[in-house]
Amino acid sequence: MFGELVTQLSSPTFFRHVVATVLALLIAIGIAIAIAVPSGLVLGSLPAVRHATRAVIEFLRPIPSVALIPLALVMLGFGPETKITLAVYAALWPILFNTIYALDELDPLQVETARTFGLGRVGILFRVALPNALPFVLTGIRLAATTALIVMVSVEIMASSQTGLGFFIMEARSGPGRMDQVLVGTVVAGVIGLLLNNGLEQVRRRWVAW
Amino acid sequence: MSNMLEVADLGHTYGDYEAIGGLTFDVRAGELVCVVGPSGCGKSTLLRTISGLIKPTRGDVRLNGSHLAVVFQDYQRSLFPWLTVQGNVEFPLRSLPRAERRKRAAEALEWVGLTAAARKRPWQLSGGMQQRVAIARALAFRPALLLMDEPFASVDAQTRFELEDLLLRVRREHDTTVLVVTHDIDESVYLGDRILVLSSSPARLVANLEVPLPAERDQVTTRTADGFVALRSKVARLLNVGKPSMDVEKWAAAERESLSETVSSS
Repeated sequence: MFGELVTQLSSPTFFRHVVATVLALLIAIGIAIAIAVPSGLVLGSLPAVRHATRAVIEFLRPIPSVALIPLALVMLGFGPETKITLAVYAALWPILFNTIYALDELDPLQVETARTFGLGRVGILFRVALPNALPFVLTGIRLAATTALIVMVSVEIMASSQTGLGFFIMEARSGPGRMDQVLVGTVVAGVIGLLLNNGLEQVRRRWVAW
Repeated sequence: MSNMLEVADLGHTYGDYEAIGGLTFDVRAGELVCVVGPSGCGKSTLLRTISGLIKPTRGDVRLNGSHLAVVFQDYQRSLFPWLTVQGNVEFPLRSLPRAERRKRAAEALEWVGLTAAARKRPWQLSGGMQQRVAIARALAFRPALLLMDEPFASVDAQTRFELEDLLLRVRREHDTTVLVVTHDIDESVYLGDRILVLSSSPARLVANLEVPLPAERDQVTTRTADGFVALRSKVARLLNVGKPSMDVEKWAAAERESLSETVSSS
């Protein structure tokens, strides 16, 4: 297997599969952050909105992203947009809920301090609530990245999308039946998850170490 | 001398609980006034109404200036952990150009002797140093009035003395008007030019006492001076009997008498 690992790592085809997965993953995480953090800020600071959307969120959240794969294939086709959409869906929740949770935990004294210095609601949101939420948001992103990777590889395996690590694993199994290649794909997927997790942990330690 | 703060018939009620029952007092420019009252007498409510955090049920607060600054007791929660010391001090100065912000923050940090800690995070500093950061932040805002809520109640006794002297020095050097809310009688006498004694809830003004001590104070000699000791026991007595129904004038007369006795007998 280790021989195969070396062979594959120097193979342009394998490299393309890895890049396809990692790129799609990063795009998915980026989109999930762009949706979940602002939504979390709105839901966390406006209880009325949170109450109104509660039923919808409680209905959507428990749906496993993997269960949505057939539906997404029908609606979005076999291109990379399907796996990105599903990964975004999976990554949304931890980020959203951590952001809302962080706003709930906001210390009233910090808000009062800002108010006595003349800040309004918007000023407090961006200069106090958001930086205060950052450690929680980063933890949410870290959890989301792992989940998104699982969904990403699952979609690639199930949807035979022609690119990506999942497709490589599936192809190695079903075509020549190369177990060593299957294992290489699996190990590399694991390494991507590990690097992502550690990288985000480093970011958290470096920039939000309080 | 002009008044920096004018409070007229200020009252606040939570539901049917009356926290403040009509307070009227002034703070003159450059003066340091201490508000002292028994625990839970509505001092916090008073501070929150003056600072504009809550709207009083009745009465009027007039500040002769555009803004005030508040130093809270709990510096750990009041400072922002994601900002450096310098970032915290610059926090209220958002509307100013960057260079001006830098200058003012550096200046304020120098006043409290924290220039060397500018790049650190608040949580890397000791409690006393953190409260100095909070004081610097308030001073950098150039407030018409510096409002302090039990500012030294969360530090140890040594640090407390240091911070008291720091406050006295800073406000003398920069002619700051200060209102300190405290439950500590000794502190109110040591710091104040004037002491406002409040009764327990609803808070009413029991006495308005000038502090007959020289402007220069010293932790050792001032605290043993006759004037200090006499005033301290007077405030203590006022606090113990500070019932809303009491005849303030009668008590004041009795206190004046006892004060002159204490001073002449020693």
